[in-house]
Amino acid sequence: MSHSAQNIAVHSEPETEDHVHHGNYVKIWAILVVLLIISVLGPLTGIRLLVLFAAFGIAVIKAYMVAKNFMHVNVERRWVKYLLITCLAFLAILFAGVAPDIMRHQGLHWNNYAAKQAIQSGSHGDGKHE
Amino acid sequence: MSATARSIANLRSVTGIPTARLVTWWVIASEIFIFGGLLASYVMHRLAHPEWGIAASHTNTAAGATNTFVLLTSSLFAVLAHKAADAHDGPKAAKFLRLTALGGLVFLTIKGFEWTHEIREGFVLASGGFWSFYYTVAGLHALHVLAGLIIMLVFAVDVAKNENLPRVQCIGLYWHFVDIIWIFLFPLLYIAK
Repeated sequence: MSHSAQNIAVHSEPETEDHVHHGNYVKIWAILVVLLIISVLGPLTGIRLLVLFAAFGIAVIKAYMVAKNFMHVNVERRWVKYLLITCLAFLAILFAGVAPDIMRHQGLHWNNYAAKQAIQSGSHGDGKHE
Repeated sequence: MSATARSIANLRSVTGIPTARLVTWWVIASEIFIFGGLLASYVMHRLAHPEWGIAASHTNTAAGATNTFVLLTSSLFAVLAHKAADAHDGPKAAKFLRLTALGGLVFLTIKGFEWTHEIREGFVLASGGFWSFYYTVAGLHALHVLAGLIIMLVFAVDVAKNENLPRVQCIGLYWHFVDIIWIFLFPLLYIAK
């Protein structure tokens, strides 16, 4: 880098040092802890829909709260958001592309005998050596 | 602050984001694929194998919940360190960084006890599909916690002297991401039984 280019980089420092607004982090933490307690107690009800929400719905809410309030994604440069969304979109494509083969144990010209056998033996075992 | 007290990675900013923070976001993006791929595979197999629920019933929910609490609390310390660094209070930021690292250490200790108990019970990596995923995903996550706490302790040395303060935000971003991964691992491995 030339001297003039270095000078430009150094002089532009204040513009890059963007401080975020710091809110009440203890309050956010307290909400996260309450959500954690709900996610642990929810499954005790035995109601399937409530269990699913308590387990995974609350996980999504907690992750969003951490990303927004602790990582400050909402005030980050917009292409950082694009980067993260692109990653998640590719993950969704991976899931959609592979899931049919993994989640089904037989198709038009194939049969996954090993998976069927694992389910049969595992359902009667103690969780070891399916 | 003098330019010598800050690394070049915190001075350069081609994209409007200091290079150090930009690199952190790229690391996080690559980690999304590493953990995302593993978690997506786990979810697919878990839905296709109802018998994994029996294996999952042997995991210790109390230990998982305690570790979630520990990581959430350490994330609080990480963001308070960032706040202190923004206020140019290096010693305070270093104190919070060390508390965050302590949280990581507590997490790993609990995980160590948990795994010791499970291995003694006979649930090892080769015990079945669930246990393979369990040890691989949780193990990889634990390695990230270990790496994070070591980096944090190294950074705290300079930060305590009011040097390289922008690093606090970068390691904080990484730590919060590790926390988010655990937020998803907890229900997948400990709640869905």
